[in-house]
Order: sequence, then structure tokens, then C-alpha cells
Amino acid sequence: MTRYLAGKLAESLLAIWGVVTIVFFVSRVLGDPAVLLLPVGAGQQDLDALRASLGLDRPILEQYLISVLAMVRGDFGISFQHQRPAMDVVLERMPVTATLAGTALLFGTLIGAVAGAIAALKRGTISEFIVMVAALLGQATPVFWLGIMLILVFSVDLGWFPTGGSGTIAHLVLPGLTLSVFVSASIARLLRSSLLDIMREDYVRTARAKGLLPRTVFFWHIARNALIPVITMIGIIAGELLGGSVVIETVFAWPGVGRIIMQAIQAQDFPVIQAGVALVAAIFIVVNLAVDLLYGVLDPRIRRR
Amino acid sequence: MKAFFLALLKSRAGLFGFLLVSVFVLAAILAPYLGLPVPTRSNLLARMAAPTWTGLFSPGAHPLGTDELGRDILSRIVHGSRITLAIAAAAVVLGGIVGTLLGIVAGYYRGMVDRVLMRIVDIQLALPLMLLALLVVAALGPSTRNLVIVLALTSWLRYARIIRGQVLALREREFILSAHAIGAGTWRIMLKHLLPNVMTPALVIATLELARIIIMDAALSFLGLGVQPPNPSWGRMLADGRVYISTAWWIVTFPGIAILLTVLSVNLLGDWLREHFDPKLRTMR
Repeated sequence: MTRYLAGKLAESLLAIWGVVTIVFFVSRVLGDPAVLLLPVGAGQQDLDALRASLGLDRPILEQYLISVLAMVRGDFGISFQHQRPAMDVVLERMPVTATLAGTALLFGTLIGAVAGAIAALKRGTISEFIVMVAALLGQATPVFWLGIMLILVFSVDLGWFPTGGSGTIAHLVLPGLTLSVFVSASIARLLRSSLLDIMREDYVRTARAKGLLPRTVFFWHIARNALIPVITMIGIIAGELLGGSVVIETVFAWPGVGRIIMQAIQAQDFPVIQAGVALVAAIFIVVNLAVDLLYGVLDPRIRRR
Repeated sequence: MKAFFLALLKSRAGLFGFLLVSVFVLAAILAPYLGLPVPTRSNLLARMAAPTWTGLFSPGAHPLGTDELGRDILSRIVHGSRITLAIAAAAVVLGGIVGTLLGIVAGYYRGMVDRVLMRIVDIQLALPLMLLALLVVAALGPSTRNLVIVLALTSWLRYARIIRGQVLALREREFILSAHAIGAGTWRIMLKHLLPNVMTPALVIATLELARIIIMDAALSFLGLGVQPPNPSWGRMLADGRVYISTAWWIVTFPGIAILLTVLSVNLLGDWLREHFDPKLRTMR
């Protein structure tokens, strides 16, 4: 188990290094931030001086090595726009993004799990049909459009919730609902097909044949195994949501991580792009590592490997 | 082919998806001949006209209303589908070819090639697709060609992973071993023997990817990084119409319904293809 973990950890560090490297070189193609930072009509001398002070006049490989070594020490540089440590700029937005991601995951998973279980257990009934049609619609709806429609009905027409911004529970309702629809639709469909697969397994028949209560069979033999692909999916969704859903944050003017990275891309604020992407990748990897460990808890066969 | 359509007729959801996809594709191809108003012609006298269903076939009718410049929304949606579907199809083909070939190479060669390719997949998986797309579009500049490249870039790894797994199993089968024994070259084995055997899963993934790519394309256009105006694209129409949400609900509502119906029908078709050809792919997303 320790060896397995050490291997996973090494893979994770390699992946984060890869992400940082790709982002470094892609973001250098964006343009020259010095031009954006200085007022229009600034002279060549000012440009050169600013480039030198930002370290942008050095060869690109030297810049790369300097920034990677600094990142290892936890130093992501100073944001060009905000004149503060880049990682601080991103981390400040994390609680706002985490609130939205947590809400959507909690409600999305609960609704999705109940709906998926109903669809599998009540096979061939009207309940299954309703759940499946709702899930198909939920998966086919572009989330940002759903957000706009909810604003149209609940903010513009009814005036129940604010159209955007953050800070109170009322601000959280519409973006939370929008993302929950997407999360629950994916989970309901996957859980249903996973449950139906497991129900056909021989060991489930054996468990039933030896006279166990249907409830025991469902929770201990079926649900436990059917949850494995669902947990993988929850891990991927959690990683994506914690990275900040750029479009949803744009629709609801939600000041989260996704928006700050998008603004940094537009402003060519390299340190913030680097810090943001490194953080998002690290979160994604940690969440998936946690999912890997959960497999072992659910399925003893994996633990022994 | 006949067996395919017979099976399709038996599945109501699959048939529904197939018919709807056919209607959308036909409408996109025939758009200029449907007698719709010119999608880019503005008419300031008919700005933000509400949807009207009276006199549906008279020349000035706007069944889905007009936008802030008086352009007919129905016509913009139908013409927008040409651009949207062409971009999505091009991205699916590009991503599919690259991903499938890399998957075959990784699975057949194994060893170092395989390890490097799968590490690249892992690295890309750790980077949210939307962020990657934003960065690359910002770096390359927004254009139709770059949009196709970015969308294909978010797609290739799904093929590569699944096809690699299939090839790992296929390469031990007798027909590959005997092809090898009679001296067939590596490329011949990969293209003549392995490729035909992974076409079915590749097509199933392609259909499901098409749906995902249509949504992602709309999201990128919505953020202003897609097809540039005045060409109608669904995401762009949503983004522009959002400003007028309190006065003209139809501008932002109908393009979204168009995306929803297209994605729904492609998904239904894809789900059916998967169930019909390759139920094992279900948990391999």
C-alpha cells in the first residue's frame, strides 16, 4: 500500500510539472504584458525598463527554469495586475468557488443517487421513465443557458433571487441549482446502469438464494459495488467544479477561481495564470488520489493488489 | 446495413435520436433553399419583434422573433447550425483520427511509447478542458480553424485511452499473431488488421463526443472566443441576447433550445449505438 501510494504521488508530481510546463510555454505566446500594463504612447525606454523589472527580457528557457525553481519553493511570483503574490490572488477566490462547488456536489449527488436508485429498482415503471427523461434532458442542457433561463424566471420575472454576485444564501441558490442539475443528471444515469449491471452478477443471486433480506442484499452486495464507477465520476466532477466553472461564474458574476484565471488570461498576467492552473491541477489530482483510496475501502479486492 | 436499421426501428429512443439528427443535418445543408430571411440582414424597423405565429408564411413573419438588430432568429438558428455542426464534425473527425491512431500505436508498441503517451493523457486530464481551451484560443487567436483545433485537442485522449485498452487485448489474438508470423509489417498490422477492429468503439465514442463538443463550442462562443460576428453561431447568439434578457426573452431562449435538442438527439443516438454495438463501453467514460 505504501509503495502504491508513493508511486501515485510521484505520478501526481509529474503531472503537475507537466501542466505547469505546458501552461508556461502556451501563455508566453499570448503576447507582451508590458504593452498592456503601460499607458498608450509609452516610449520604448519605458517598455524595456518594465520588461527588465518583470524578468521578461531574459531568454525563455532561463525564465522557465527560474519560475519552476521558484514554484518548487512555493513562490509563484507577483501578479502584474494586482501587485501582490499571484498565489494569494488565486487563493482568496477559493472559498467562494468551494462554496458553490460544495453546494452543487452535495445536492447534485443526493438527488442523482436517489433518482438513479429509483430508476434501477423500479425498472420498467413510469418512475424509471420520468427519471431517465429528466436525466437525458439535464445532460443535454448547456449549463450556462440553464443559468440564464433560471435568471429569466426567478430573478427577472419573479424577483426572488439576485441576478448575480455572491455573499448571501440568496446569491447561492440559482448557480447552485444550475450546477446541481448537471451533476445529478450524470450521476443518476451512471448509477442506474451500474446498479443494473451488478444486479445481474452471480454473487447477488447467491446472496438472495441464501435468504438474506432484500435490504441487506441491496446495501451490502449491490450498492457497495455499484458505487465504484459513480465515485470515480464524482471525483472527476468535484475536481472540475473546484477548479471553478468559468462559464457559470461568468453568467452569475460569481467571483471565483475560474473567473480570476480567465481575467488573468485576458490581461496576460502570467504569474496569476501559472498559480491558478497549478492550484487547479493540484486540487484535481488530490481529489482523484482520495478517490483511489476510497476504492480500497469499498472493494477489498483492490486493497490486496 | 439493413440489420442496422431493423435494430434501430426496435429502439424508440434510438430512432427518435436518429430522426431528429437527420432533420437537423438536412436543415443545415438545405438552409439557403428554405426561403428564410437573410440571417445577417438587419431591419431596424423590426427590432426585437416578439415571436408571432399569425401569417406564418407571409414574408415579414418572424416565428421566433427578431434580435436587437431586427434579424430573424429562426433564420439565424438554422444558418448557425451550419457553422456549429461543421465545426463540431471537423473537431470530432480530427480528434478521432489522432486519438484512434495514437491509441493503436500505444497499445501495439507498449513499452516506452505507451508510457509516454499515457503520461501525456494524465497530464492533460489534470488540466480542466475549459481552461486548456481558453488558454489555447487566447494564444492562437479566435478563428474557426483554431476553434476546431482546440476542440479536437480536448477530445483525442478519450479515443486514445479506450482504443489502447482494446488493442492491448487484440494484439494477443491469433489473427494478429499469424499476420505477424507471415511477415506483415508493423504498419500493415496496425492499419489493416487492428484499425478495422477498433472502428466500432471509435464510432461510438465519436457520437458521444459530438454532443460534448457542440456544448463546449457553444460555451467558448458564449465567452466570445468562438466564431466571430456577424456570422450566426448559437453560443454567440446566447451571449448577445443575454443583455436583453429583461425586455426580449426570445433572443436568448431559442438558441439554447436549439443546442439542447441537437445535443439530446445526438446523445440518444450515441447511447443506442453504444448499447447496440458495445455495451462494455458504458462504464468507460
